[in-house]
Amino acid sequence: MVWVAGGGLAAVLLGALILIVVILSNGLVVFWPAPIEQVRLDDGTQILGRRINSENSIGRGLQVRFKTANREFDSQRQDFHWVADDKIASTDLPAECVVLERLANGDFYGFVKEIKSPGLDVKQSGDPFHQLQDALRSMDLHKTEELDPLLRRIEGKTDELNAVKLSRLKGEYRQKQLRNSASHDEKAATALEGNIAELKAVAGELQKDSERLVNQRSKVEESLRQNLAIVLDAQGASRSIALMDVIRVYRPNSMNILAKASHYAAKVWELLTTPPREANTEGGVLPAIFGTVALVLLMAVLSFPLGVLAGVYLGEYARDGFLVRLVRIGVNNLAGIPSIVYGIFGVGFFINSLGHAIDEQFYAYRLAEGRVFHGGGVLWAALTLGILTVPVVIVATEEAIRVIPRGVRESSYALGSTKFQTLIRVLLPLASPGIMTGFILAMARAAGEVAPLMLTGVVSTAGTVPLDGRFPYLHLERQFLHLGFQIYTVAFQTPNSEAARPMVYVITLLLVLIVLLLSGMAILLRNRMRKQLQIKTI
Amino acid sequence: MSEATQPPAILARTIAKVSPTAAAQPVVDVPTPTDTHAQPIVQVKDLCLFYGRSQALKSITIDFPRNQVTALIGPSGCGKSTLLRCLNRMNDLIDDISTTGSILVDGQEILDRGTDVIELRRRVGMVFQKPTPFAKSIYENVAYGLRIAGMRDRRTLDEAVEKSLRRAALWDEVKDRLRQSALGLSGGQHQRLCIARAVAVNPEIILMDEPCSALDPRSTSRVEDLIGELREDFTIIIVTHNMLQAARVSDQTAFLYEGVLIEFRPTQALFTCPAKKETEDYLTGRFG
Ligand SMILES: Nc1ncnc2c1ncn2[C@@H]1O[C@H](COP(=O)(O)OP(=O)(O)O)[C@@H](O)[C@H]1O
Ligand SMILES: [Mg+2]
Repeated sequence: MVWVAGGGLAAVLLGALILIVVILSNGLVVFWPAPIEQVRLDDGTQILGRRINSENSIGRGLQVRFKTANREFDSQRQDFHWVADDKIASTDLPAECVVLERLANGDFYGFVKEIKSPGLDVKQSGDPFHQLQDALRSMDLHKTEELDPLLRRIEGKTDELNAVKLSRLKGEYRQKQLRNSASHDEKAATALEGNIAELKAVAGELQKDSERLVNQRSKVEESLRQNLAIVLDAQGASRSIALMDVIRVYRPNSMNILAKASHYAAKVWELLTTPPREANTEGGVLPAIFGTVALVLLMAVLSFPLGVLAGVYLGEYARDGFLVRLVRIGVNNLAGIPSIVYGIFGVGFFINSLGHAIDEQFYAYRLAEGRVFHGGGVLWAALTLGILTVPVVIVATEEAIRVIPRGVRESSYALGSTKFQTLIRVLLPLASPGIMTGFILAMARAAGEVAPLMLTGVVSTAGTVPLDGRFPYLHLERQFLHLGFQIYTVAFQTPNSEAARPMVYVITLLLVLIVLLLSGMAILLRNRMRKQLQIKTI
Repeated sequence: MSEATQPPAILARTIAKVSPTAAAQPVVDVPTPTDTHAQPIVQVKDLCLFYGRSQALKSITIDFPRNQVTALIGPSGCGKSTLLRCLNRMNDLIDDISTTGSILVDGQEILDRGTDVIELRRRVGMVFQKPTPFAKSIYENVAYGLRIAGMRDRRTLDEAVEKSLRRAALWDEVKDRLRQSALGLSGGQHQRLCIARAVAVNPEIILMDEPCSALDPRSTSRVEDLIGELREDFTIIIVTHNMLQAARVSDQTAFLYEGVLIEFRPTQALFTCPAKKETEDYLTGRFG
């Protein structure tokens, strides 16, 4: 028996271990600059690419897959190519081969020929690769000095415009109400009229300003776009790439380990601190990290107090009758309901009922411009996750309170305390580590849940995030990005899912790390509580 | 007591059948004190208690003298704890219980519905069999009773905590770690902490339900010494299984058997020449 039981445990551990090894081994190497091979085939064609994997297909022999990048120049618009192993005549690792990371169309693999940078301060002599690096540095400077301030000003104008528009809508709504009301208040009506006219004028001004700024931006962009890198691809064809679109350039074949490590660090930093590009397959995942963490924390804040209250009621106040037993069974079984059902409930109850009511009540004036709370948003998603995880908290709280020996309660009563005082001052402190265990489990579950979010407000690309510098800073009605959903969209919803695969591993790894971090923090907190109480259990 | 003072008829019959002693009068021979403490502090009269349909106390009548230690002895299940828990209405916490008769504490009926239980429990403290420290610091454990009574003044609290810990003979051991969790103390220290906690609210009576049964012999003797000191200021009623302990610490001893008070006399007298056969059987170890 002991062998069977031990075997079961071993099987479970093995499964988990394999999963972790797969995620780690694939996720950790994504940003490591792999060498680029120059492959000559028997028929004379040349390929420049990274070896991805090989497969032995029956009848065709060993096939090797290369990532050749250069998507827009490929005849089939492919990043990847299969090559028969026995057709390969020779391979080598040209030191001069460069990788250009670009804003669009993925990487470019090739060789730098020359730099045409009329607008940039670059020496026109020397090694073209170093020229390119200089040009990129100079380009960055131009971007931050000329383009970014413009972008910020445009953004500011857009904000102002929006604010003015909302004021105008409010005024117009008020006007309509006045017209429909029985008592005609002429004075108020004319005042409103004037107000609205004024707002319209302001909006017109702002609009003009904004258009001017946009024009200015296009001009700057156009002039920056004149700066080109002339590069050669694998076949030796000359291509020109605007330096504007290049993010980074490196020569994987001539980097030492230190250069590779710093490249790796830079990529990880980019991942953690920048928004995504190219349908989430490149760039960073900052908005998704933020969305995930914010969602879980919001859920905890909204639902855990409720769960603790319910658990306290069941554990301390409710008499052990038929009804309570029924409720307890119900609560225990809530955990078994598929999470998508909670998502549907979230849509039906939170979005379509509560959200709708809120919109009707407070945002009626701007409904013509789009819904506010009557639609998916981080608040509704958090509440949906909340009802999904709250049973765990309830059960943990009830259990933690019920296992407290009767003597402890009686000692408190014997000192003349009321039921409430006993609960707050004696029972809850004793139960707190157990309640924390419930929090941890609930949080871990919430952080990994995706299905209900898909119905209640998660999106794959969002123009805005629920937190920004504009009042009231935290915008609970906004949609949000989420790492779990990102995994799904990047893996299955991108046109070029093969090229996106590394990103899937990276995001998965990140999500696992964040879940570990969140529960790790909760566990630390619990252990500190236990230590303070000096309860001698794990 | 305002409601029915008689047990249901069916139960009354059962009592008569199972306990022939119920009809006989208990031997009560406690010398009436002659000084100012003339009136007993607790007067129990005709107390019957039912757990559901089973009767645990059968018409108990007993007066506990002031500022003395009274021991309750008897075989397990005879109703010692039940009687003790009546005195501070701790039995209220148990469902499906019914009590008849009368208990006067300081001449005041406490079984009335209108009794302020909170106030009663401040006057009648209790120490339980298993030590039950709260998940708080040592200081907060002792200050608990005062705090819930609304005491906020730091100085008063500090003084009360120190005084109570000294009375419980715990001060020297814990004075340097008052802010640490009480759960880290040893079992014997826990029980003395519980005594300090009960003492801190300055009750008139302290009920102790087998306070030493979970302790090792050394801790037991410390707690016994403590009881000897506390009797100066408090009336102590102690349930014990340990006959030697009863002999050591108490002035009076009451012997209960199957819910009936058999004998209540000065400890010395009860142990040397028991008046009833049941008492003798119990003391000589023939049952219990
Ligand atoms: N909560 C309860 N519910 C029902 N019966 C109880 C309860 N507590 C005690 N009893 C019964 O009452 C009788 C007296 O118990 P108790 O006072 O605890 O005895 P002792 O303390 O002398 O050992 C026993 O028969 C016991 O089974
Ligand atoms: Mg007992």
